[in-house]
Amino acid sequence: MTILKSAKGFWLSILLSIILFAIIQFLIIGEYLNGFYINTIFFMGINIILAVSLHLIIGITGQFSIGHAGFLAVGAYASAVVSMKLGLPFPLAIIMGGLVAAIAGLVIGIPSLRLKGDYLAIATLGFGEIVRIVFLNIDYVGGASGLQVSHLTTWPWVFVCMMITLLVIRNFTNSTHGRACISIREDETAADAMGINTTYYKVVAFVIGSFFAGIAGSLYAHNFYIIQPSNFGFLKSFDILIYVVLGGLGSMSGAVVAAILLTIISTFLQDFPETRMVIYSILLIVMMIYRPQGLMGTREITSFFKKKKSVEGGPKDDNQHTVA
Amino acid sequence: MTTNTPLLKVDNAGIQFGGLKAVQGVNVELDRGELVGLIGPNGAGKTTFFNLLTGVYVPTEGSISLNGEKLNKQAPYKITRKGISRTFQNIRLFSELSVIDNVKVAYHSLAKHSIASSIFRVPGHFSGETEMHEKAVEFLKIFNLDRFMNEKAKNLPYGQQRRLEIARALAANPKLLLLDEPAAGMNPQETQELMKLIALIREKFDLTVLLIEHDMALVMGVCDRIYVLDHGQLIAQGTPAEIRNDPKVIEAYLGEEVS
Repeated sequence: MTILKSAKGFWLSILLSIILFAIIQFLIIGEYLNGFYINTIFFMGINIILAVSLHLIIGITGQFSIGHAGFLAVGAYASAVVSMKLGLPFPLAIIMGGLVAAIAGLVIGIPSLRLKGDYLAIATLGFGEIVRIVFLNIDYVGGASGLQVSHLTTWPWVFVCMMITLLVIRNFTNSTHGRACISIREDETAADAMGINTTYYKVVAFVIGSFFAGIAGSLYAHNFYIIQPSNFGFLKSFDILIYVVLGGLGSMSGAVVAAILLTIISTFLQDFPETRMVIYSILLIVMMIYRPQGLMGTREITSFFKKKKSVEGGPKDDNQHTVA
Repeated sequence: MTTNTPLLKVDNAGIQFGGLKAVQGVNVELDRGELVGLIGPNGAGKTTFFNLLTGVYVPTEGSISLNGEKLNKQAPYKITRKGISRTFQNIRLFSELSVIDNVKVAYHSLAKHSIASSIFRVPGHFSGETEMHEKAVEFLKIFNLDRFMNEKAKNLPYGQQRRLEIARALAANPKLLLLDEPAAGMNPQETQELMKLIALIREKFDLTVLLIEHDMALVMGVCDRIYVLDHGQLIAQGTPAEIRNDPKVIEAYLGEEVS
């Protein structure tokens, strides 16, 4: 019964997003939107992918990683090499971007996830910088002057990648595997004592997170005409971190909402270049003072539409678990 | 498996932190079905001993075996899967998870569906999750916790949190259950309920229990045998009656109360 009910909600949200896709696609094809707005929409999609992929690592598994731009960079460069240097088709470049970033996530994750809290944060921050400097010194990908990339990112690609990211991370979270990750966030010692292989799940979350950061990187690279190492500095990592924290640690829809809002705000503020960062910072400070738990806390958007269920329950295949 | 091997055999085990011998030369044998108490003054090394048993610490001397199989240097999650499960002195529930999800985490190691099957939502995922859910509901009913099923663990009253922690430890299907001060912070009525719960557990589950406790009424009331730890060493063992009259124990721990 409840499975059917929640499945209805699921198909409804799929339907809504397809309608959203169609509207935007119509606006783009009909040239009702100028390039500036189209670009903002692409950015929104890419930022959502980044926010949700980091949400899995920080919000669900509780591993404070602040080198996410590093995986974005790895994905961007890997896909650019595949499409520009090797001349392979764009879809393959997207997938390769994700895979190479996932491998980077595995290589970085296995040693550094032994660290906890601040130490992990510093290690991942270091990783992000190493990636940037490595790309800066590889002449094959253009070094500091960057790598030329053709503009291949289109709205359907952004949309499809975004939906796949959301679905995969939602499905992962709302399963016994996601619960294992949440239990690590809640209390690692107790998770261990309950028979959870904590190292394994931390690495899994990290690898899935970096895979989708790599996918975002592919879209990002092919949205510009050039990618440079300076695009992937630690400030970019903090941008992504802010989406997750502002949205509410542990809330996937929170991360999505924050990514959308902050993309709009920072685009809007581009008209005031002198005061842009000041306004942006004040906004964050005010937010953290009055709503330290983030926009959504740990709740999901779906929980606002649901009537308070009585205790009889039943397996709920929706965001109940992430509500955690 | 011969029946005369003890379930748990701790042979001369100890651990040293730098120059401090927190636990040394401890020999403990537990038979199947026994309910054994571990008492001792604060700082005697009782919790450290539990941490040795569960693999949180690796013993620097001696060995620990469960069912005749050595557990040395195994990761805590592997030891749990082999059959030693525990509760903590300070409750360590997954506080943001619901009551039922806390139990489901303990079932995780039995899950048959893979990560990929959950991501792609193949039928195996649904049957696996449903089975887990039904099992967890049945399980919570035994502990009278099913009415709180969808409540966040942190919102439960203290006594119920203790109850849930014990339930969660049992859900991991242990052969040996370690309870670290289960009655800490409980009022006399809650302690009474806890004693009933422990009796119920023994009856329902085929289980050996080792419990650390300061509440002498509880320890003397439910335990078959008692070990006494002081300054990291065992100073006495025996039945509650023997322990109560042991001069060494009285000096180290029990004091005036029993004389």
